[in-house]
This record gives sequence, structure tokens and C-alpha cells, in this order.
Amino acid sequence: MAITNVNEPSALHLPDESILYLDGVTVSFDGFKAINNLSLYVNKNELRSIIGPNGAGKTTMMDIITGKTRPDEGRVIFDDMTDLTVTSEADIANLGIGRKFQKPTVFENHTVFENLKLALEGRRKVFENLFFKLTEEDKDRIHEVLEIIALQEYLSREAGELSHGQKQWLEIGMLLMQNPKLLLVDEPVAGMTKQESEHTAELLTKLAEKHSVVVVEHDMEFVRSLANRVTVLHQGSVLAEGSMDSVQNNQKVIEVYLGEQ
Amino acid sequence: MKHKPIIFRLLETDKGGRYFLAVILALMVIVPFCNLVVPETSAFHMSTYVVTLVGKYLTYALLAISLDLVWGYLGILSLGHGAFFGLGGYAMGMYLMRQIGDRGVYGHPVLPDFMVFLNYKELPWFWHGFDMFWFAFIMIFFVPGLLAFVFGWLAFRSRVTGVYLSIITQALTYALMLAFFRNNFGFGGNNGLTDFKDILGFDLQSDATRVALFICSGLAVILGYLICKFIVQSRLGSLVTAIRDSEGRVRALGYRDEYIKLFVFVVAAMLAGLAGALYVPQVGIINPGEFSPINSIEMVIWVAIGGRGTLYGAALGAVVVNFAKTYFTAAAPEVWLFMLGGLFVFVTLFLPKGIVGAVKNFASKSGKKIEPDANKANVG
Repeated sequence: MAITNVNEPSALHLPDESILYLDGVTVSFDGFKAINNLSLYVNKNELRSIIGPNGAGKTTMMDIITGKTRPDEGRVIFDDMTDLTVTSEADIANLGIGRKFQKPTVFENHTVFENLKLALEGRRKVFENLFFKLTEEDKDRIHEVLEIIALQEYLSREAGELSHGQKQWLEIGMLLMQNPKLLLVDEPVAGMTKQESEHTAELLTKLAEKHSVVVVEHDMEFVRSLANRVTVLHQGSVLAEGSMDSVQNNQKVIEVYLGEQ
Repeated sequence: MKHKPIIFRLLETDKGGRYFLAVILALMVIVPFCNLVVPETSAFHMSTYVVTLVGKYLTYALLAISLDLVWGYLGILSLGHGAFFGLGGYAMGMYLMRQIGDRGVYGHPVLPDFMVFLNYKELPWFWHGFDMFWFAFIMIFFVPGLLAFVFGWLAFRSRVTGVYLSIITQALTYALMLAFFRNNFGFGGNNGLTDFKDILGFDLQSDATRVALFICSGLAVILGYLICKFIVQSRLGSLVTAIRDSEGRVRALGYRDEYIKLFVFVVAAMLAGLAGALYVPQVGIINPGEFSPINSIEMVIWVAIGGRGTLYGAALGAVVVNFAKTYFTAAAPEVWLFMLGGLFVFVTLFLPKGIVGAVKNFASKSGKKIEPDANKANVG
């Protein structure tokens, strides 16, 4: 694996409680700065919500962390001092960063069981997969996750037949199978019913007990129900950070975002 | 459950595959019997011409299976699969040319006729070794595999997909055709390689050799089918179809999708090479026409008509289309291409899953219990 450790003397050491640090990240598309000198910490076992108006750079930020987009400037330091801006997408995933996409992305022609099986931790090489055998631990792990995402009864159903909300949960379940240190969750409750949203909030809060979770969301009520630290992005940088109440009372935030509502 | 031989595990949920292999095995018994044992006066006698014709269909079936692995499972519409078939064929052709020895028209002890004719003084370096069967046998797999590896490495790493990838595969086979047409390329130019005499010391014109080649073709189809089946039933196979459906998710799970694609592409190229190598001694010639883009497009039509993503459907399509081709190019040669085009349009519009899909559909509509898909089978 081509993992670059940031070992220069000038390297900034992460505080022990941090898992992710974005350091002065800038990226522009055709002259438009989607992310502008963004700096951000995420702590271990923290559940962090990121909000911001359309075009604030939320999804671009996720793309940079997962290696899909490379920044023009800045570094993204993860866990054991790895600079993610020079690490391949697959290696980033294997370091322990799982991502849920904005649009539910599961394997629609595979069963729920098969989806989770493909997400099982480790065994990523071609020949390991050609001669793959499901162990008892693997099965236990899959059933454990099935229970968490409440899809036990659907295990042999094709993922394409699931409801929108169930697909979102399946995708979160796939992230859990990977056993990542950090989960990036992009708009988990888009298109969900109120009941499904509530279940998702419970699910994410539970996940944050063992993993760090970063949630990007539009739905204010949902973010409030998570009751955690909120970061407001605006024009590619951090505008405000704090509890939902403090953020909502922040004058700048009201002007750019909440004032519109 | 756990200790069943692998072949049973592969076919456990594959009813179509069991029928398919049974038919091939039956052919491998019946055809030689009708040719060698049944007297020529009997109505059940099969002429050597028919044996060779069916043998040729079998090599096409293997070719179609390998294309289905790439198109039906991996989702790459390769319009240049004929390149690998042709290379395997040329590797076999070179061995057969060297077997002619001094029995050629010009009687040169080493150089094939076309080289004498073109005033070659000595054997080009890449013709060395082809007088030995084992070397040619390795090359049958190695050369197509190497081309697929280099091509796939470049294409998959730079994430060329969809129509662009299809166009490049088409360009690949077209470039090979132009190269092999050149006399100074060293492969006999537009005449290709022909006038073969014998293989491993057996006369290519004799009935027994023809039957042996037929049986080898049948074995190759069975072997190719089982190899592909083994791949698509493994977790790697699940990943292969996952890449087809949602490549971004596979990558986000931490898999190197380009290596998986490369593996499948190379395996398919090697099987196509084997098909080409069995085709050449049966038809008695290999020329650059095998690399023509039209040929590769025809292969895609076989797979589409048979039904992709089942392996045996592709084989069925290859046999059905080529049987029709043999019949109609003799009965009404000028309409064949129109028929082929029309058939393709008909299948695309009315049978999107090909013949196999239509049969399955019919069976499930008429209330029969349909076997579960291979994907759904290994639960729990």
C-alpha cells in the first residue's frame, strides 16, 4: 500500500483525541473555489454534523477526504499521520474511512446478504476473492450488522427491491462491515419518512459510540435530533462551529443560511 | 455439503449449465460415433464435413462464453474480442506452418512458402520455437493474455469506460488487422497461413484427426465453461457484477477495481486464444480477416441473441447464429447480412435478455418453479 507518512519535523501532530484534520485545504474548479482554505478537526468517537447552503462545498469536502478529488493546496491528515491527499482511494478505504454517498449506492442486483458479504473487512485482493470462503465469524458479523440496520428479514431480497430508506440503512450497514474508524455520511435522511429519519438518528448516535461519524445534512430537524457539535460551511470555509443552539443564534449564520428560511 | 467435488458445487444451482454440459458431452459421443462407426450408407452417418462444421461451432461457442464473461458479467462491451481469437489462431497457425517442413511448394527445409516467395533469407526471430508444440501451446495463451494485460492495464488504470472503451477495443482489432495484412509483417500478409499438413504428426485431412480435434473442441468448451463458472460463482464474481452495476461503491469499499477487471479481461482473452487455436486446424486457414471489426461485432451479436450473463446463453447464441449463417450464406448469400442485422434489432427490441431470457420468462409465466439465480443462492 502506498501510504505516505508525514514524518517531516515540521509535521503537525494530531492531538490524541483527533482522528481527522483538514489543514488549509483549497480546491477550485475552473477558477471557482469550491473549498477555500478550509481547516477542520474531527475527534475520535465524535458525531459531527456539517451543514451549509447549497454549494457550500460539503460534498466536495467528502470527495477530498476519500481521495476522489485532489486539493490544490493543503493537507488532510488521518489517524496515524497519513496524508490522504497523496493516498489512493482504495487505500483510504482500507485505512478505515467508509463513505455513504448522497444517492443510495448499493449493489441493486445482489441480495442484502451478498451486499454485506462484499463489504466484509479485509480480503481485498483478486485471488483472495476467487478462493473466498465465508467463515462462521463472517456469518456472525453479517447477522450482527443485519440486526443493527433492522434488515434481518430481507437478507435474501435483492437490494434493488428495498425501499429508499432501507437502501440507505443497507449502505450504512455496508460501512459497518468495513469496520471503519471514520464514517462519512452524506445526506442520510434525504427522502426518508419521519419515522425512518428517527430510526436513522438513533442508528448514527449508536454508531458514534465506537466510530467517528461525520454527517452532512440539509434537514435541520434531523441535525437537531442528533444533539451534537455542528459545523457550518459557507463558500468553502468554516463559518461557525458549536452546538446547534449557539450556531442557530450566530448572526453570520442567520444571514447566510438560516435567514433564508 | 462442504466436501462435494467442486464440479457439483458449481452446477448445483445452474440448471441451464447442467443441460448445456450434457448436450456438449452427448455431442462428443454421438458425432464421432456417427462419423467413424456408422457406415456411410446409413442415414445416420455424419460426413467429416459436418464433423468439422460442428467442431467450428464449438470453438465459436467457447469464444462467445469468454466474451460473455467480459460483457455480460463485467459490463465491458468489447468490440475487439476477435483480436484475441485471431492471435491464438495465428499462434497455432505458426506451429502448423513449421510442421510442413520441406513438404512446401518450394521445398525449403525451414522457411514456409510465403517467406521463400518474399525472399526471406532466414526465419524472423518471432517464428523461432514454433516448431515445438509445447511452445506454441504456451503462446496460444500467452500472446492474447499479454495483449489483454497491457491493453487492460492502460485502459482500466486511466478509468476509460463505456463507449470510449468499446471504441478503443474496436481500434485495437482494426490496427492488428492492418498490421497482419502487411507482407513485411512476417505472417503471410493477406493470404495468411494455410496449406497445413499435419498436427503432432497426425494427418489433418484424416477423419480420425478431425474427430480428435472435434473432441478437443468439446473438452475446451466444457473446461472454459467451468473456469468461467468458477469465477462468476466466487466472491470475485460477485465483485465483477458489482463493478458492472456500481463501480464507485466497489472502490469506496476499498477494492482495486482495475485489478479485478484486468484479471477477468486476461482470462477471457486466453480462452478466446484457445478457441482460435482450435478453430485454425479445423478450417485449415488463418488470415487477417479474422481481425476485422465486423467479426468482433458479430460475436457481440451472438452473445446478445443467446442471452448475456448466463455463459451457456452465449454459447447457444454462437451456435444458432452460425448455423443460420452457414445455411443462409449458401441459400441466399445476398440477404444474410440484412438478416443478421434484422435479427439483432429484433432481439434487442423483443428479447432483451436473449433466447435464454425469453425461455426463462416463458417458463416462469407458465407457472413452473424457476431455479434461483446464482447470486441469490449462497445465503446463510
